Amino acid sequence: GLCKKLNSIYCGGDEKRVDSRTIYVGHRPCPDTEAFIPSKFCDNRIVSSKYTVWNFLPKNLFEQFRRIANFYFLIIFLVQVIVDTPTSPVTSGLPLFFVITVTAIKQGYEDWLRHKADNEVNKYPVTVLEDGRSVKKESEKIKVGDVVEVVEDETFPCDLILLQSSREDGTCFVTTASLDGESNHKTHYTVPDTEKDLQALPATIECEQPQPDLYKFVGRMHIYKPEQEPAVRSLGPENLLLKGATLKNTKKISGVTVYTGMETKMALNYQGKSQKRSAVEKSINAFLLVYLCILISKAVVCTTLKYVWQSKEGQDEPWYNQKNQKEKDTNMYLKMFTDFLSFMVLFNFIIPVSMYVTVEMQKFLGSFFITWDKDFFDPEIQEGALVNTSDLNEELGQVEYVFTDKTGTLTQNNMEFIECCIDGFQYKHRDTRSELDGFTVTDGPVNKLQQKAGQEKEELFLRALCLCHTVQVKEAGSEEVLTDQVDGIDGMQPQPEEERGFIASSPDEIALVRGAMEYGFTFLGLESKSMKIKNRENNIEEYKLLHVLNFDPVRRRMSVIVQTKSGETLLFCKGADSSIFPRVKPEEVDRIRMHVERNATEGYRTLCVAYKQLSAEEYAVADTGLREARLALQDREQKLMAMYNQVETGMSLIGATAVEDRLQEEAAETMEALQGAGMKVWVLTGDKMETAKSTCYACRLFQRGTELLELTVRTLEDGRLKREEKLLELLRDYHRRAVQDAPPVKAGVTRSWSTANQDYGFIIDGATLSLVMNPSREADASQYRSLFLQICQNCTAVLCCRMAPLQKAQIVKMVKNSKGSPITLSIGDGANDVSMILEAHVGIGIKGKEGRQAVRNSDYNLCFILPQFLYQFFCGYSQQPLYDAAYLTMYNICFTSMPILAYSLLEQHISMEILLDNAALYREIANNAMLRWRPFLYWTVLGIFQGLLFFFGVRFLFSNPALQDNGQVFGNWSYGTIVFTVLVFTVTLKLALDTRHWTWINHFVIWGSLAFYVFFSFFWGGIIWPFLKQQRLYFVFANMLSSVSAWLVIIILILLSLLPEILLVVLRKPRGPHSRQVYLFLPFPF
Amino acid sequence: MKNEGEAAKRPDNTAFTQQRLPAWQPILSAGIVIPSFLLIGLAFIGIGIGLFLTSQTIQVWEMDYTGVEKDSPCFRCTILSNQNCTCEVIFSLSTLFTGPVFFYYGLSNYYQNFRKYGVSKDYYQLAGDTGYFKNPEAYCSPYAYDSKKNPIVPCGAIANSIFNDTFELYQIINGTKKQVPLDGKGISWWTDYNIKYRNPSPVNGSFAKSFDGTVKPINWPKPAYELDLTDPNNNGFLNQDFLVWMRRAALPQFRKLYRRITDGDYAAGLPAGNYSLKVHYNYPVLSFDGRKKVVFSNVSWMGGKNDFLGIAYLVVGSLCVIMSVVMLVVYAKFKFSDDDEAR
Repeated sequence: GLCKKLNSIYCGGDEKRVDSRTIYVGHRPCPDTEAFIPSKFCDNRIVSSKYTVWNFLPKNLFEQFRRIANFYFLIIFLVQVIVDTPTSPVTSGLPLFFVITVTAIKQGYEDWLRHKADNEVNKYPVTVLEDGRSVKKESEKIKVGDVVEVVEDETFPCDLILLQSSREDGTCFVTTASLDGESNHKTHYTVPDTEKDLQALPATIECEQPQPDLYKFVGRMHIYKPEQEPAVRSLGPENLLLKGATLKNTKKISGVTVYTGMETKMALNYQGKSQKRSAVEKSINAFLLVYLCILISKAVVCTTLKYVWQSKEGQDEPWYNQKNQKEKDTNMYLKMFTDFLSFMVLFNFIIPVSMYVTVEMQKFLGSFFITWDKDFFDPEIQEGALVNTSDLNEELGQVEYVFTDKTGTLTQNNMEFIECCIDGFQYKHRDTRSELDGFTVTDGPVNKLQQKAGQEKEELFLRALCLCHTVQVKEAGSEEVLTDQVDGIDGMQPQPEEERGFIASSPDEIALVRGAMEYGFTFLGLESKSMKIKNRENNIEEYKLLHVLNFDPVRRRMSVIVQTKSGETLLFCKGADSSIFPRVKPEEVDRIRMHVERNATEGYRTLCVAYKQLSAEEYAVADTGLREARLALQDREQKLMAMYNQVETGMSLIGATAVEDRLQEEAAETMEALQGAGMKVWVLTGDKMETAKSTCYACRLFQRGTELLELTVRTLEDGRLKREEKLLELLRDYHRRAVQDAPPVKAGVTRSWSTANQDYGFIIDGATLSLVMNPSREADASQYRSLFLQICQNCTAVLCCRMAPLQKAQIVKMVKNSKGSPITLSIGDGANDVSMILEAHVGIGIKGKEGRQAVRNSDYNLCFILPQFLYQFFCGYSQQPLYDAAYLTMYNICFTSMPILAYSLLEQHISMEILLDNAALYREIANNAMLRWRPFLYWTVLGIFQGLLFFFGVRFLFSNPALQDNGQVFGNWSYGTIVFTVLVFTVTLKLALDTRHWTWINHFVIWGSLAFYVFFSFFWGGIIWPFLKQQRLYFVFANMLSSVSAWLVIIILILLSLLPEILLVVLRKPRGPHSRQVYLFLPFPF
Repeated sequence: MKNEGEAAKRPDNTAFTQQRLPAWQPILSAGIVIPSFLLIGLAFIGIGIGLFLTSQTIQVWEMDYTGVEKDSPCFRCTILSNQNCTCEVIFSLSTLFTGPVFFYYGLSNYYQNFRKYGVSKDYYQLAGDTGYFKNPEAYCSPYAYDSKKNPIVPCGAIANSIFNDTFELYQIINGTKKQVPLDGKGISWWTDYNIKYRNPSPVNGSFAKSFDGTVKPINWPKPAYELDLTDPNNNGFLNQDFLVWMRRAALPQFRKLYRRITDGDYAAGLPAGNYSLKVHYNYPVLSFDGRKKVVFSNVSWMGGKNDFLGIAYLVVGSLCVIMSVVMLVVYAKFKFSDDDEAR
């Protein structure tokens, strides 16, 4: 909302209504257009910070008081200021001030970091071409229309249209790692025919208004040449360089600015992210509500009883305590109301003001531990874990569903060419593996198998591999760059002299080109639209590249159209089998399908290769069609798609390839651990079912005993029934098997993982999923969905294959919104995962530490306030506080907050090694185990027990207030101080009992807190404080300590109130010596 | 925007940042818990027996003298019109009441812990700051000014309602009364008497002059500077009875120290025999259904008589012992089954 506002301030509102914007390259007016109106665009400043020096205070305060607890304390504070209440406003004002200050400091610090980052970006020096000169400017000064120069390894300061590149072929490479996480090198192209003098390029660009989709851009460039019709060039995403992306492997580029500052795609994408609120805060709020109810009922009870009590003769106004005139004149109902408020104020500490701060500090500091963890450090990319928001740390301990991408996440996305199949004959490259194959003997290089497939076919296939791609050859002389590039270039293996570096947007392509190289066809590079190939005879073949029909995930194939020296026009196409098979002759398919399926089962990525010869007329049609579609400003995508589909028909299949994508290190162990931890792992992939399934087996998601429930296009094929009927039938059948017949699953402890239960794996593909989600009859939708969801929830692993990116997000959303709103975690690396990552609760997650103990001090406050409540029965409901104001104020912020913070940060109730070995321990804390109602109830009951104990223990002691050996008596403040001492010691020692991991910090804060309490009490009671109107506690504490009885009662009350806790700890602890290692004890009582 | 070098980004490998601080992990094994429970239990039982026995040795004699019943000696004083009423309570002690004997007065259904009552005083006045004599604290209202708008010193409800019954104790020996000397020193907290409360400095050598322009609390028969004319150290705000009263009781039923019997023939205690307690009955309590009593008690190291603490220790101690036994049984049983199963 705010950023939008900013936009409209910066950019002028009226401009927004237009569908497209016109940019004058270099701000030069162009002939032939209407008068040159330099439209106002926003400047190139990135503002990610929330506050400025001026608005920090009001804005931050406003945001903080939107939080329930803070607002509540503000109200209490105001009531204390306005109404004559038992405690001074300081008692709640000071903690509130403390809380607000700490939070403000934290948020201020975070915002300062953002400011620093913004400044770094905004002040970054960039080179702008201005009136024929290169001028150094600060990045924020860039305006739309400026021509900007960027050199290698720099990030683009704004969204640019690439005009000129230092590379001869007019391309440049970028990585968009910081935008979408894809670290592949992507190729971008200059606008054709602009490679002349940029200083005087008379051109305008017409493009759409800013929009956040990173992969969409539609524009048109008009180039005005004297005495000629202006030339029109189409602009697409391949011409657009995004702010935040980094230029790679290209010395220098120039481009014209089209979007700046907050209108860049990067900025627009960040705006879209809403603040994720953690589930902890929600449950804290729920618990607070309970306490609020207790509070209100306490106040109501006291107020009522007060008036009942007062109605008795002589009680209301005894002669020794008469009311003054003002009190007598006050209206009865007003008095009741003020009494009610006074009781509220008296008991308000039942809601722990410091809890949010403790929780927040815990999260804030806890995130440092994630950053510091050297196990997260990747020496290869020199990066540790990065915590983007500390608000979600504790969610990591609550994940129920893990959605993972396959390629690049489960697997390394580091492809290796394994084998190919040409015209139905199999060629296996690696001789290390010998495997029996039904069709062919599978060893030796291609030339030994010539009898198997005709040489012509073979060479055609290899040529196709060499030509049909968008791979770039790594330029010689930039070897040093090669070493620090990890992803795009296949730099993993040692490179012999003749071996070449390739750069491509997908590692599959490199693998294929390398594969072709192994068989004797080497791709030499693309130079001014001509591709060079070295064939087996070491002759150089040259092909003119006419068109590239780019890969897209919907079509799942790509093509090139090339012209041979002899003038033949050929179309080579490669793609997923499902997208190729329907476009080739069926008889060819049969020969190859078996290979493809077998390869897929083995977990290889398979691609089919097809070709087609285009006649001159055919090409002419295709050429004009493609050109037109590329220039379209409206619906360009659809038009292109239609054109591609039209061109890629009637091809003939030549062969298929199999590329291995190796599993990530320890992928299988990780998956097993995740399942052991009771998390449901869903693999969402665009790959085909067989490949994905075998990957799932390889990483042990599916195990031998797993019963697979398949819901794919294949299972839906049924002669008798229509698809939807079959779908329903299958859904019902699976539902019966997985849900109804399965033994009832108890939530929490025995989630379907135990070996006794039958494991189910569920497989669904994209087409079927869309049938489930959007059935032809709308009425079925909810039924289908609930059946589907229930099946999925009862399966240990779910595999969704052939997913479109949007479907991935759809699934995540569906699970997230299902019953119990489970916490979801998405892991992915590619662009196709972005939407699903954004959809899930936790983006990329690592390991979680249980950090929500901070909430536990809510029960501290119950036993803190209960005696105060009980005291009202003994003081004529006059709102007399039991404790001194200093104790009321300090209780939460000084005496009890540090131990709980240290505990929540440092506690490791189970050692790291055991945790890593026993993933099942995760189940103990899953589902918000520590924050559910049962433990909450337990704490509450315990708090009540302790409160009663404290109060009545001391009450019975005070039946004779002569507690010293000199016969002198103790007064009401001694009473309160004894109760308070017992209280502070009890809650601190209770925490000490729960602490299993005593580092020196724990020792320091726990004993330190107690020592501080004693020290403070002496200090506070040891001085006549000049600013106090009443010296209530003067020497009360010291006098208390001089009484043996007080000591004895303190000791026995502490012990008695800790007894239930001790018993639980003892009864829960491991019993035998061997059981200690594996015993899964619950860290907390309930 | 280039890499900042390796060292900067690599996380520190310290025990703290890697969450591997050396830690002590206490395991409450049965071998520790059962004996310690037993020990604690036995210790508590020991303390409990000590407390209980001590409490039993403490002698207490108490008597309600409010005069509700018609035949009670102070009944006639309950009639409001009867000013300066005195009544006499006769009692006898069958054994020696070991000294030092502490003489308490007790009030019940009297709410000294009323909030408004509790704040109704001016500490600065009581610390002897004459600057506040003319402008008493607002909380003192309606006991801040008298009807003629003269400031009251000491102001407030607490001071105004000071307990003003006085007692004289006589031993009746062969029909003659022998006065038992009552010691009024050392009945209030040392810090209250010596530090917290201060008298105003005398003006021109006259203590009374420092109270010029103020009036006495409404209920008081005489002003603060005449509380004890015999002993200047017990006068004004430093009057021990006043100090005792100003330390508010925690509960509506309370007792406060009135005198100690430490002197003369009675230093060793009150011998068996008959006694007469002469009560100057001034303090009305029946209007709010209150009661007044006198208590004679001696004290031990644990203070006055209180059986609660001893019993509590005995109960908790026994509980600990019982639990240790139960745990032992459970432990023995489970240990064997653990060995069998070898989980």
